[in-house]
Amino acid sequence: MSGSMTPPTARLAPDGRAGDLEAPDDEGLLRVRDLWKVFGKRAAEIQGSQDLRALSRRELIDQTGCTAAVRDVSFDVAVGEVFVIMGLSGSGKSTLVRCLTRLIEPTGGSIEFDQSDLLQVDHKQLREVRRRQVSMVFQQFGLLPHRSVVSNVAYGLEIRGAGKAERVARAHEMIELVGLSGYENSFPHQLSGGMQQRVGLARALAVDPKMMLFDEPFSALDPLIRRDMQAEVIRLHHEMGKTMVFVTHDLSEALKLGDRILIMRDGEAIQLGTGDELVGAPADDYVRDFVRDVPRQDVLTLRWLAQPAKPGEDLGGLALSQHTLVRDAIRPVLESSSRVRVMDKDRLVGLVGREEILAILTSDQK
Amino acid sequence: MSAGALVSGLSVRKIRSRWVWLILAAAWLALYLAFHGTSTLPLSASSTTSVQNNLNSFNNNISNGRNSNPVFLYGVNYVQVGMTHFVSFLQSLISQPGFGRPAPLIGWLGVIAIVGFVSWLTAGWKYAVLGVVGFYILGLQGLWQESMDTLALTIAAVLIAVVIGVPLGIWIGLHDRAQHIVLPVLGFLQTMPSFVYLAPLTLLFLIGNASATIATLIFAIPPVIRLTDHGIRAVAEPTIEASDSLGSTTWQKLVKVLLPMSRRTIVLGINQTMMAALSMVTIAALISAPGLGQVVIDALQTLDVGTAFNGGLAIVVMAIVLDRTTSAVGERSQQVGGRHLLGPQARRLAFGAGAVVTLWAVVESAMYVWANTFPSSPTIGPAIVAGASNASNWVQSTFSGITVGLRNDVTIAFLNPLQSMLTNAPFWLVILGLCAIAMIIGNARVAIVTLISLLLIVGTGVWQDAMQTLAMTIVATVLTLIIGIAVGVWMGRNRQVDRFIRPILDAFQVMPAFVYLVPFLALFGASRFTAIIAAMAFAIPVVVKVVADGIHGVPAPAIEAATAAGSSTWQLITRVQLPLATRSLALAANQGLIYVLSMVVVGGMVGAGALGYDVYSGFVQAPLFGKGLAAGLAIVLLGVVLDHISQSAANRIDPSRH
Amino acid sequence: MSHNRRRLSQVAAGTGAVALLVAGCGGARVGASTGPGAGGAAAGNLRCGQINLAMNDWVGYTADGAVYSYVAEHSMGCTVKQIPLAEQVSWQGFSTGQVDLILENWGHADLAKKYITQQKVAVDLGANGNIGQIGWFVPPWMVTKYPGILDWKNLNKYASLFKTSESGGQGELLDGDPSYVTNDAALVKNLHLNYKVVVGGSEAALITSFRQAQTHKTPLLAYFYSPQWFLSEVDLKKVSLPKYTPGCDANLKTITCDYPTDQLNKVAATAFATKNPAGFLLAKAFNWTNQDQDVVAKYIAEDKMTPAAAAAKWVKANRTIVNNWLLGIPGAKPL
Repeated sequence: MSGSMTPPTARLAPDGRAGDLEAPDDEGLLRVRDLWKVFGKRAAEIQGSQDLRALSRRELIDQTGCTAAVRDVSFDVAVGEVFVIMGLSGSGKSTLVRCLTRLIEPTGGSIEFDQSDLLQVDHKQLREVRRRQVSMVFQQFGLLPHRSVVSNVAYGLEIRGAGKAERVARAHEMIELVGLSGYENSFPHQLSGGMQQRVGLARALAVDPKMMLFDEPFSALDPLIRRDMQAEVIRLHHEMGKTMVFVTHDLSEALKLGDRILIMRDGEAIQLGTGDELVGAPADDYVRDFVRDVPRQDVLTLRWLAQPAKPGEDLGGLALSQHTLVRDAIRPVLESSSRVRVMDKDRLVGLVGREEILAILTSDQK
Repeated sequence: MSAGALVSGLSVRKIRSRWVWLILAAAWLALYLAFHGTSTLPLSASSTTSVQNNLNSFNNNISNGRNSNPVFLYGVNYVQVGMTHFVSFLQSLISQPGFGRPAPLIGWLGVIAIVGFVSWLTAGWKYAVLGVVGFYILGLQGLWQESMDTLALTIAAVLIAVVIGVPLGIWIGLHDRAQHIVLPVLGFLQTMPSFVYLAPLTLLFLIGNASATIATLIFAIPPVIRLTDHGIRAVAEPTIEASDSLGSTTWQKLVKVLLPMSRRTIVLGINQTMMAALSMVTIAALISAPGLGQVVIDALQTLDVGTAFNGGLAIVVMAIVLDRTTSAVGERSQQVGGRHLLGPQARRLAFGAGAVVTLWAVVESAMYVWANTFPSSPTIGPAIVAGASNASNWVQSTFSGITVGLRNDVTIAFLNPLQSMLTNAPFWLVILGLCAIAMIIGNARVAIVTLISLLLIVGTGVWQDAMQTLAMTIVATVLTLIIGIAVGVWMGRNRQVDRFIRPILDAFQVMPAFVYLVPFLALFGASRFTAIIAAMAFAIPVVVKVVADGIHGVPAPAIEAATAAGSSTWQLITRVQLPLATRSLALAANQGLIYVLSMVVVGGMVGAGALGYDVYSGFVQAPLFGKGLAAGLAIVLLGVVLDHISQSAANRIDPSRH
Repeated sequence: MSHNRRRLSQVAAGTGAVALLVAGCGGARVGASTGPGAGGAAAGNLRCGQINLAMNDWVGYTADGAVYSYVAEHSMGCTVKQIPLAEQVSWQGFSTGQVDLILENWGHADLAKKYITQQKVAVDLGANGNIGQIGWFVPPWMVTKYPGILDWKNLNKYASLFKTSESGGQGELLDGDPSYVTNDAALVKNLHLNYKVVVGGSEAALITSFRQAQTHKTPLLAYFYSPQWFLSEVDLKKVSLPKYTPGCDANLKTITCDYPTDQLNKVAATAFATKNPAGFLLAKAFNWTNQDQDVVAKYIAEDKMTPAAAAAKWVKANRTIVNNWLLGIPGAKPL
């Protein structure tokens, strides 16, 4: 399968990027614009210079000795959204997520969170944001080895000055939430990796943030445990509805968790879209490579397959929503005598028949 | 050639070609034959140069201006008085009459109880037993008061070292630029033989406890700074980031994350500082610091091997208690959430009982003579003294022929030719030779450092003495390396041997340097050889440890492969293990040189003459003060040269190649 | 939490009570008057506090210090703090208050000028009765075997006898502790002697060397001095150097004469007289002969008695001398 499919209503990435920036609805919690992070002595010059901006990462290193880890990235995150940033190692995704609360100080651009520009606030205000609004979960957990589980979970509350009774109560609540009851007084080194990351999760949840950042939180875990943890995040997201920004290099994880996915390469945003958009319409070969091995039937929805009705075709067959996954449509389509109607609510988007379905299924064998 | 011996000992591998060395040696010899006996810069024992006389009048000016010069009035004197009071306070707590009482506030019973209780709390009951038994032995040895004086001084120095060193270590741990400034200074302090700065310190802070404490501080503070820095830097980045991401202030991060997580390393630093302080406090007896060092010095004066051994043993006992207990604290701080034998209730009860007993012991020892002054019987002191004396007498009478023969052989075969070559060669020829070696082994920078240092030694006016010291240092280092590498290889290849020898090496290392002098003086008489042997005894443990660790660190696959290829043991050692441990060997040579130099200098007290004698006589003879200061400077410069050359040899050997 | 705290305070209270209870029963109390003199400060008597006594490193001095300390402690209840110091370093202690007293000073005109005349922090307390003589000595067996060896002019002739591993091609002249007064290096140079000064380290090293030299009939030329108990064990012979004349040793660069015969004296800190009049008066009166000192020194060095025990033994046998010192010190109990 080489060429992009062209769904009738797809919002394409390359040209339509500006239009793509907006969150699905208007309740944007985080607005990132023109964000740059350059490492090196001459970092400050780069963003302002058209010539330097135009250089590739390699050329920039050769000419200035500076590395641009994040180049001109913009996106919005809506309230309650799970926003995934994805890329290979060195693509700048971890730097980007750290820039969001200035764990790494961005070189330029703006980060508007909850109506205030984080790059303009002083350190005291920034600390308040970190203490109450945004919390983070790390790949290497970052637990304090000298403290018990309950004390680790309560750490964020402790440093913002909460009373002991309050924070212990809250910590116990969180420990229960992440399923670690009974381990309150254990120490990190006595726990497995997955359990340690649950502690990290509980710690991030304990401060009741508006937004949670995840930096490849499950990369260090075994595949089976990783799957459990992903399910855990999905569950927590359903229960608590937190806005999440999730960094990963694992496409299946991105597709599983992300409402939308931002793909990065060499510090640049390459494509932003939902999972089916990325698979269905990769912006370039890089993205195409990325999504090559994804089982398409699990990601694509019927709208990507829908074909216009042939003249005089029978439109009386089964009707399915355009958001139905191909996977779930296989049996009905194959069993149906006529092509299945793909509907956007009441509007007919197109028709899908055996041919289209089989094309998807066989393309995966490659 | 001195340098040739030095270099072959270092086994530098990247020497461009053997020919360079041969040509160099030949050229040097030709020049030597042409010019020897000229420009040798001699200076007899009682003579001084104008530079030295200027230093002398500088001394007089300082001592006359002590109560008028603002630097003294508002700075130095306060430090001196403050230190003196601090130490006196500690002494009146445990060792000396004070607080208007004819006896220390806390007597032996109280001290032992506190030692037991504190080690129980911080390290566990095993260490409490060790502490109680160890300190009781000190009393049984008849050295209670001396031990407590030593302890008081050690505590004073360690407390100050921690108060200064931990914050400084944190600071340089957090700031790279500060680290770049501080670390070289610490390196310099650590290469400087401690013997050297005693005299300049008394110039500022007078003889007695203040100077002793400051000298100890200088000697002992580097480890706690280094390890605090290291501990702070070793804290895992994710943890720091996690703490930042939750909005920690810098202070919260320091107190709640960095310090707790680096605690083990910091405690290790304090442990090393404490050991260094203990050994330096003993040497500070030379500037009239009280305690066990005084016992040893007196024994040195009267050639009383038994008493010296008793004193040395007490130092070792105290070192073992302090070392094991503080290491246990470090290890304990790591195993958080460890199991306890007793439940919380029982523990609280045990704690209460321990506190009651300790308090009772302290009060009792404050009020009653029996608990205050250690009883004079039972005692094991006289038995130890007599036993050691008899053993030493037996060795002396049995081996006197052998020992004197050994001394004469080594002196005539190695030391005298080397020394006469170095002292008879014109100074510029020696400088030329050493700079060439520095250039070849190291680089231009090392050569320049060498050149400047040697020219400064010429300026100090004690060139010939410096050459004598150099000759002794080279002979002692070569012998040290031969023995050290042999034993080190043995230990590195055999874990059982390692387990057996290592504790012995540890004990040798805590024994203060000049305890060695006494038996060797008795065996070999007042001679340079005595200093050489003492220096070897001092340096071999370090060399052995470095070599053993290097050999042990050779990757197992390499050995397996060589064994599979049918290598004999000898081939295995010479073709695989030693070449792969080259860097360790070079490091061992570096450490060996520094240790040997610092001890050879102390040997000046027992007939080794040269720079060590100049320093010591400058210290005890007013007219020679300036010369002593100049000689001290020369020792430091010599140390810089030897350290730079041998370091560069170690650095040439790229560890990543293995 | 508050429960715990209450427990702890109960424990503490209990502990104190127990401690007091136990402390109440029996034993000698620290500070109770047991020693003589401590409680006997009757009207007009001089109270004696702490005396900081410099202790230099030779046994003769140890004998001085032991006897002085014994008398001061047992007759007047003083506390004597013995501070081991090299002889010249001891003088520095006068200006800083660290040292009150030196009991056996060997000359040191330069230091006397600096601290007594210029800084006025020290005062001369007069002779201690010992006559000091430094010189070069050989074991007696050599005198018969090598005629004329006691004349310095013949030393070069015998230089090869004294060769050792330390002296190279020259003869060895063994010196004592580096802190001792010595002109030897300058003398060797100025008298054009083919000798090398080797520093032996201590009095004990010198004595051991002489003893071995006499027993094994090996040659030895070494720096030595009297008063010295060892001279009664082995009658060492002194080599005569060019005769001493007053002032001939003023300049080390040109010195060619023998050591002077010194009236050894006592030096005290100027403040000592007011700070501790009893100790000061005793120091001033302290006076004994070379023979007296040799006896005590031998007890210590040869018989391995502790200095205090040696002093006690000598004092018992020489009450008249000691009580003579104590005459005129108010409050001093005769021993």
